[in-house]
Amino acid sequence: MSDIVDVLIIGAGASGAAMAYSLAETKMRIVCLDQGGWTKPSDYPTNGRDWEARFFGDYSPSPNIRGRAEDYPINDDASPIKVVNYNGVGGSTIMYTAHWPRLHPSDFRVRSLDGVADDWPIDYDMLVPFFEENDRMMGVSGLAGDPGQPPRNPPMPQQPLGLSGAIIGSAMNQLGWHWWPSDTTVATMDYDGRARCINLGHCTPACAQGAKASTDITYWPHAIRAGVELRTHCRVREITVNADGMASGVIYYDKDGVERFQAAEVVVMACNGIGTPRLLLNSKSERFPDGLANSSGLVGKNLMFHPYAQVYGYVDAPTDSNRAPPTCLWSKEFYETDPARDFVRGYSFQFGRGAGPVMEAVMSDAKGLLPWGDDHHRVFRRLNGHRIQLSAICEDLPEAHNRVTLDPVLTDSHGIPSPKIDYTISENSQRMMAHGIARAKEFLAAAGARDICTNSPILYGGWHLLGTARMGNDPARSVVNEWGRAHDVKNLFIVDGSIFVTSGGVNPTSTIQALALYIADQMKQRLANLFD
Amino acid sequence: MTNPTDLTPAQQDDLRAIAGCIVPASAEFAVPGADDPAIQADMLATLGRDAPAVRAALERLAALAGGSFAALAPAQRQHVAAALRAEGGVAVATLARVVLQVYYRDDRVVRSLGLEPRPPFPLGHVLPDGDWSLLDPVRSRQPFWRQAG
Repeated sequence: MSDIVDVLIIGAGASGAAMAYSLAETKMRIVCLDQGGWTKPSDYPTNGRDWEARFFGDYSPSPNIRGRAEDYPINDDASPIKVVNYNGVGGSTIMYTAHWPRLHPSDFRVRSLDGVADDWPIDYDMLVPFFEENDRMMGVSGLAGDPGQPPRNPPMPQQPLGLSGAIIGSAMNQLGWHWWPSDTTVATMDYDGRARCINLGHCTPACAQGAKASTDITYWPHAIRAGVELRTHCRVREITVNADGMASGVIYYDKDGVERFQAAEVVVMACNGIGTPRLLLNSKSERFPDGLANSSGLVGKNLMFHPYAQVYGYVDAPTDSNRAPPTCLWSKEFYETDPARDFVRGYSFQFGRGAGPVMEAVMSDAKGLLPWGDDHHRVFRRLNGHRIQLSAICEDLPEAHNRVTLDPVLTDSHGIPSPKIDYTISENSQRMMAHGIARAKEFLAAAGARDICTNSPILYGGWHLLGTARMGNDPARSVVNEWGRAHDVKNLFIVDGSIFVTSGGVNPTSTIQALALYIADQMKQRLANLFD
Repeated sequence: MTNPTDLTPAQQDDLRAIAGCIVPASAEFAVPGADDPAIQADMLATLGRDAPAVRAALERLAALAGGSFAALAPAQRQHVAAALRAEGGVAVATLARVVLQVYYRDDRVVRSLGLEPRPPFPLGHVLPDGDWSLLDPVRSRQPFWRQAG
């Protein structure tokens, strides 16, 4: 198929779906290619008795463990944090916790406020209409009135507090620290064709009920009804350019492994912070010998993960364990910079309700808490159903040496070079994590918890893949401009987490999608002179 | 033809024996051990992608035992099992996970924990709404997010 399309979107995940939906109203011919396929809720783990075990196999968030043909392997040996993602329609929204904070206004002004990194070329207020549109489309549950963040009005009520939430709230009140029910994309009422949450409790590896928003069941049905074509099991190898240095289309492998070319007037990349630089670096040409859109040399650099410092313990009272969505509350008490601390910027706390019996057994065994032998049963009954946990989601500042390059040996199932990650946790982040661990232990003490354990960083905690094709006004110091267009290639746009200038200290998907809607809006406003 | 996930009879014996060391039967809690025949059958049937690591762990176990682990006396088994656990590593962690993830989905074991032996879907669970007055102290705080203008 070589007929030219108006817009070609690469990736059907969080940002690609939002972009497709928003552009559909233009009635342009829009095609999206995704290397994976549609997932069936009847295949999701919570349908079977092995629901927890599959987290360690075919529903692991790690592509290297899942190892499906549509997953590309990632060499993350040189990183203390391993990459997790999902490849298919919906992307990593299939396999995420549905925690739904936004970046704060201060996150867009870190240079001006704190003298570190760079300011974004856009600000929070510019994104507000797109945050709101995205909250409606994804279906967000939450509670207005949070003093820890700017006003917003989630369209559905918050999740129940539950047993764990009451324990957490009481302890936070003792300390006088902020806490609030999390905004979440778990539907608490029937919403836009989705059934309400029934507390399957194993949300991260996909929701069989369809209560958790993933873009295969939110944006995509609307986009497809509006005329967008979505081709699955089509893996893009490279973006091609013409004699004028404009993107001319992509070379991809279709579901039968046949090499195809798809011509396009506009190419939009939505492959997130690892997939996008990988594809740009794989798109070398005579004109772009260092990879496409890489005259700044910044493609793949400044990778930010959000190091997670997780702390947990066990209380006497029963918790919700696996019988509720795992994340329920957040705290912004330590989010903003405090000059009295030994680090700049800050972190959120994300609270967890507990774990199911298999997870509890496996994790407690790994920590040495759970004995082998006769005492096993007594100890397990003290641990199981009594865990409360929290994680400090630490702002990772951009550093050029944290980067994505191409592995010289490793390839995916089509022979396309795989990404290689080189990443270290900065001293600032280390100090921030230490602060978070100390505060978390104070919280657990207030809750009366014992057997305190830490995971810092969470090894398989590379959920947030940011910064590798950063946004900015200066072509020498950024890859895309303030509305997502590549400085070097005027018909190439990037709309995923790779364009983040800084990471904030929150889960980024809400902001990624708001950015995609904002960029789509900018494109629609400039259709007559999009390439000027 | 041998299935790549198959263990030799000797390895199956050792798997059963080490599983029983990790989680022995308990009369106090009225539960079988992880060496129970039904649990062992489930373990072998679902070994799948974990087979190579489990096989490696069992080979190391046999080496530590100086032959058959299953043939050791109970006290010796405990000693060798403790040595294996102390060595650690990916293979041993995988072996322990395989034992635990199968054990803690057995109907008898799940019931003994006060849980229903069923998958989460389609019935789900009931979550109490809770007392939201707990949030009152936080509601009364002034906005403290940082202005950026």
